Amino acid sequence: MATEDASGGRGTSSTGVEPASGGRGPSSTGVEPASHSLPDRETCEAVLAKMLLIRRFEERAGEMYAKAKIGGFLHLCIGEEATIIGATQALRETDYVLSTYREHGQALARGTSPEAVMAELFGKAEGCSGGRGGSMHLFDSERRFLGGYGIVGANLPLAAGVALACDYSQTDDVTLCMSGDGATNQGTFGETMNLAALWSLPIVFMIINNQFGMGTALERHSAVTDLSRKAAGFGVPGSRCDGMDVLDVHATVTAALEKARGERAPQLVEAVTYRYRGHSMADPEDYRTKDEVTEWRSRDPLEAFPKRLVEEQALSQEDVDRLDEQAAKAVDAAVEFAEASPFPELASLYDDVYVVGEQVRNPWYSTDSRSPETHRGEQERDAGEVARELAEAGAAHEEETDPGTREARSRGEGG
Amino acid sequence: MAEMRYREALGLALREEMHADERVFIMGEDIGVFQGAFKVTAGLLEEFGERRVRDTPISENTIVGMGVGAAMAGLRPIVELMTINFSLLALDQVVNCAASIRYMFGAQVAVPLVIRMPQGAGHQLGPTHSHCLEALYLHVPGLLVAVPSTPADARGLLKAAIRDDNPVVLIEHETLYGRRGEVDTDDDEPLRFGEAAVRREGSDVTIVGISRMAETALRAAEPLASEHAIEAEVIDPRTLRPLDLDTILESVRKTNRAVIVEEGWPHGGVGANIAALIQEQAFDWLDAPIGRVTGADVPMPYSRPLEAAAFPHEEHVVQAAIATFRGR
Repeated sequence: MATEDASGGRGTSSTGVEPASGGRGPSSTGVEPASHSLPDRETCEAVLAKMLLIRRFEERAGEMYAKAKIGGFLHLCIGEEATIIGATQALRETDYVLSTYREHGQALARGTSPEAVMAELFGKAEGCSGGRGGSMHLFDSERRFLGGYGIVGANLPLAAGVALACDYSQTDDVTLCMSGDGATNQGTFGETMNLAALWSLPIVFMIINNQFGMGTALERHSAVTDLSRKAAGFGVPGSRCDGMDVLDVHATVTAALEKARGERAPQLVEAVTYRYRGHSMADPEDYRTKDEVTEWRSRDPLEAFPKRLVEEQALSQEDVDRLDEQAAKAVDAAVEFAEASPFPELASLYDDVYVVGEQVRNPWYSTDSRSPETHRGEQERDAGEVARELAEAGAAHEEETDPGTREARSRGEGG
Repeated sequence: MAEMRYREALGLALREEMHADERVFIMGEDIGVFQGAFKVTAGLLEEFGERRVRDTPISENTIVGMGVGAAMAGLRPIVELMTINFSLLALDQVVNCAASIRYMFGAQVAVPLVIRMPQGAGHQLGPTHSHCLEALYLHVPGLLVAVPSTPADARGLLKAAIRDDNPVVLIEHETLYGRRGEVDTDDDEPLRFGEAAVRREGSDVTIVGISRMAETALRAAEPLASEHAIEAEVIDPRTLRPLDLDTILESVRKTNRAVIVEEGWPHGGVGANIAALIQEQAFDWLDAPIGRVTGADVPMPYSRPLEAAAFPHEEHVVQAAIATFRGR
């Protein structure tokens, strides 16, 4: 079923710090396996389809990164699909979601098209953030997915602010804020928990505990390793769920959302899960053993969930295969779309730094060191033209590999 | 017209804009029950209640971040920080979130947030409560930055800031809070950002004064005229982003000399930036090197005489203006 290639670490460390072997396996987390009965067939199919879409999307994104179609950092969520889908399936359409930089899955779960997400990874104009944000900064205002954030813990205050707006405007929308285990060590974690409880905000904080803050294992970065307890002192009660079991995540998040929505009592949910891939694509994974990864893979939600569906005859194996094929096709289409989508126009470089209005009457007013003009008022656009020409010349220069030609261009000769 | 203090003019703007728009609310440390560390928000809690006037815990980064989040979700928050030094705890939210969010998310969202805070030395508050850091915020694309120096400007720019859809850093000055000035309370129109005020016309030297230094520059113009026969043109840019460079350049093309006065540190300062812009765009009109008067390049000391020596006074401005007439 799951074709994700194993990419576990080497099992030895050059630092002298022994990677834990088996100590962080799925049996050691203290999370008891749950036994929820299956929902109706239609729901089972929808849940599996979304989990498959994320898995296939992430695998393909990894391939595209290896082909240099995607730049920068790429953080894949393979292994965390049950956590993501279990949580987002519990939301209403009008609820808000904020996430971390490992958020392709969250955007897809909220309904952002794979085309728009893949195009964003490619840095294309039709990406869901117009190519401005990249993998770490996906956004879809229409679906109330208010962003991936590249700063660990930065989304916590933002999410509380969104929840404050919901409360202020007397709606019953809830904000679901997803962070990693590492974020619980940021100052914003305690500050936000306190404020959320103090102001009775309709918010659920979900800690996706994938066992590592980048390459630092949970027990090496957090004195308290049961993260569901970490907000209680601030007035936010916590619960834990099995992040590899989509039904357990769904049940736990549903209960938390009810409390946040109905009682204005913010909640924290810790989902105990595991990421199979490295922190980003640039990760030698010296900090964990291959055995540990293998042990967690034995609980792979994309093995266990469809297996159970077939066993309990909710879906047939043919159904599962068909859904997987559909996911693969959707991802094929996304890659095709991203390839075909144009890069953003260079002339758009300065667009949307500001909202144009009374105080900023043109798309940009700044003084750019590459343009010798005075920039204010109506002269702005002209200056933009100069900047655009220079930017194009710069781009052409970048693409020229011959040092002689580059040097000539620098001197203003030959184009 | 009414005469009022700078702090009252700010309070008036808050009151007017909160009455005009239900989405406007204010939060900050001790702004409600305590009435504000500098009493700008005095009376607001009583008038608008706890829903719209929110005392916060001491959590600068988080209250600014919540302001950003609430702005993204459709409100128009005002966050008061107790001093600009404390705003450093919130730099992540200001730079990585407030200023960047619209751009990095492809213009799907706006951040109509106002962050107000005072700066400035003169009250012996030492090195963690007295600095002038407008240059830090000037540096950041995506922010608008205002530095009002009169009661009328304080009201007009704060009203403009609250109504605008961009994140605005509005930097007040502790010494100016008690200053009185005329405010046209019948005029509800906000000021425009990017429009400098010429505080005094003159033909001999252009003096650009930032924040409180606009006042210091204006005072320095008197002895310059009476004792040295130098007629200074004093310009208060009022906002640094956008900057009304045209008014400054126009003046420099007339006087052929420029001095920039700021209270902040010299390296990477506002004066360094404006001097660079003037020499780039009006080099041929300059008859002398551009003068800069800045705060001393030290953390602000507590001791009264040391503190007084660490920020500019009229005499420094007078000397700098005279220096532009000496052959070098």
